[in-house]
Amino acid sequence: MATDLDDAPAVTRKHSNPDRELTAAAVTINRPAAELFAYYRDFTNLPTFMENVIRIDPLGGGRSHWVVKAPGGRSVEWDARVTNEVESEEITWQSEEGADVPNSGRVTFRDAGARGTVVTATIAYEPPAGTIGKLIAKMFQREPAIQARRDLRRFKQLMETGEIATPAMNAQQFEEMGL
Amino acid sequence: MKALAWHGKHDVRVDTVDDPGIVNPRDAIIKVTSTAICGSDLHLYDGYIPTMQSGDILGHEFMGEVVEVGPKSTLKKGQRVVVPFTIACGACYHCGKHQYSACDNGLPADNQDIAQELYGQPMSGLFGYSHMTGGYAGGQAEYVRVPFSDVGPIVIPEGIDDDKVLFLSDILPTGWMAAENAEIEPGDTVAVWGCGPVGLFAVQSAFLMGAERVIAIDHFPHRLELAKKFGAETINFEQSETYEALMLMTGGIGPDAVIDAVGLEAHGFFVDNVIDQIKASTFLGTDRTHSIRQAIVACRKGGRVSMPAVYGGFVDKFPLGAFMEKGLTLKTGQTHVQHYMPGLLQAILDGKIDSDFLISHRMPLEDAPKGYKMFHDNQNEVTKVVLKPGMAAS
Repeated sequence: MATDLDDAPAVTRKHSNPDRELTAAAVTINRPAAELFAYYRDFTNLPTFMENVIRIDPLGGGRSHWVVKAPGGRSVEWDARVTNEVESEEITWQSEEGADVPNSGRVTFRDAGARGTVVTATIAYEPPAGTIGKLIAKMFQREPAIQARRDLRRFKQLMETGEIATPAMNAQQFEEMGL
Repeated sequence: MKALAWHGKHDVRVDTVDDPGIVNPRDAIIKVTSTAICGSDLHLYDGYIPTMQSGDILGHEFMGEVVEVGPKSTLKKGQRVVVPFTIACGACYHCGKHQYSACDNGLPADNQDIAQELYGQPMSGLFGYSHMTGGYAGGQAEYVRVPFSDVGPIVIPEGIDDDKVLFLSDILPTGWMAAENAEIEPGDTVAVWGCGPVGLFAVQSAFLMGAERVIAIDHFPHRLELAKKFGAETINFEQSETYEALMLMTGGIGPDAVIDAVGLEAHGFFVDNVIDQIKASTFLGTDRTHSIRQAIVACRKGGRVSMPAVYGGFVDKFPLGAFMEKGLTLKTGQTHVQHYMPGLLQAILDGKIDSDFLISHRMPLEDAPKGYKMFHDNQNEVTKVVLKPGMAAS
């Protein structure tokens, strides 16, 4: 039980619920919140900086269909709906019944004055069961924290510089390396 | 194209590799006309830097002609440019403060993990210097892809020789920033450990910033001779006791500011150095750091410590007590090259800074492995090797 005398974000608690994975990452982006929110809110933009997201199809009414890379060349899919949205401040989503990997998340955009905007992504997910589940769990247990951090860095690069940094020497190498 | 590739400790080769091309909108492709081997390249050559992969193209001091530009580059084909070794975006918070080597975006997102784990926050990207700094192909090649070409490269006026301006890419701004970090006040005595290129540029810079005396410390006679040429007094640490000499030369006060331009491969047979070397070879420690320890102990009370020297990992026996009790200030960091380039180009054009004195050897790119070996084996006479990709092979 966290005490009131600890202002550290809940996700950093040393003793957490073992059945539910929670991860968070934050980045400060030198652009206005409204611009960042607008780009993020159009989910079809997310694959431009999220390495594991193959595509997101809008289904209307705040719902969308996600196709995400999984180990062994597989993919996992789910439908998600936006459960809360505050213009230029926050987007919260939740996967619907039957998701391969039940998950929910929230991205907040907080004005940071001359430094731009603090973007914080918090993702909660339940590791799946079964054999493929184990593979996916392996990815999801180890990777989401790293993946979230990398994705946010790419989002920052794209928003601040108009491109995503790559060591690829030429277009062909870039194709091979991906984001 | 041909490029100098790292294949392991003391194993560099000129390989034929794919030509670079435009990948991102702000890119430019540079046809290299001059590229130097840096003292810090010897750290790679000696196998001190982790996250190197066989086939990595080295080189972070280079210049050349713009041959291709992306749609967002501000360069034009045919321009001659010197390229900073730090890859910085120009748009993030740190670039806004001209802290280019702390750029948030120069390092590819995946490559940022290592530095984040090791240092707490990732740094800018660097050309040709391991995957921790981005895995970017370096400039000891016929062609290079230069990211953020609208921010980094500086255009060189016509009629100025490559040799005069090449060192704007790294060592001249590094020596200058070292002196700036020493916060020199008129009348100061500044001691510089290491008379390599950075140390020698720090000597020149310290005088330009108002130092009354500069004391240069090394053991290579030719390098001490160069330091003398720029007006420094010298200490040969093989012949004389450095600390005792500094105390006598400064009336018992110690130098007002000290600059460590040696870094993680300090030479010399000192007890702490030998222990460091054993620890480094057994991975118990990573850096050999005799020079910074000695600099801190010699520095006067309330003085300034400037550390342009490259360190990568951990060190023990750091004289934290001396540092605290004497109330010293330490400033360090990779060089914010982009910030210093315009002013230093002008200083070269005005004849205030001598830069090409440093070049002891010029050779074609094909001879690069020979250049590395020469530089490694004979640091007395070989002060700087410049590779000229256009030069006919010997």
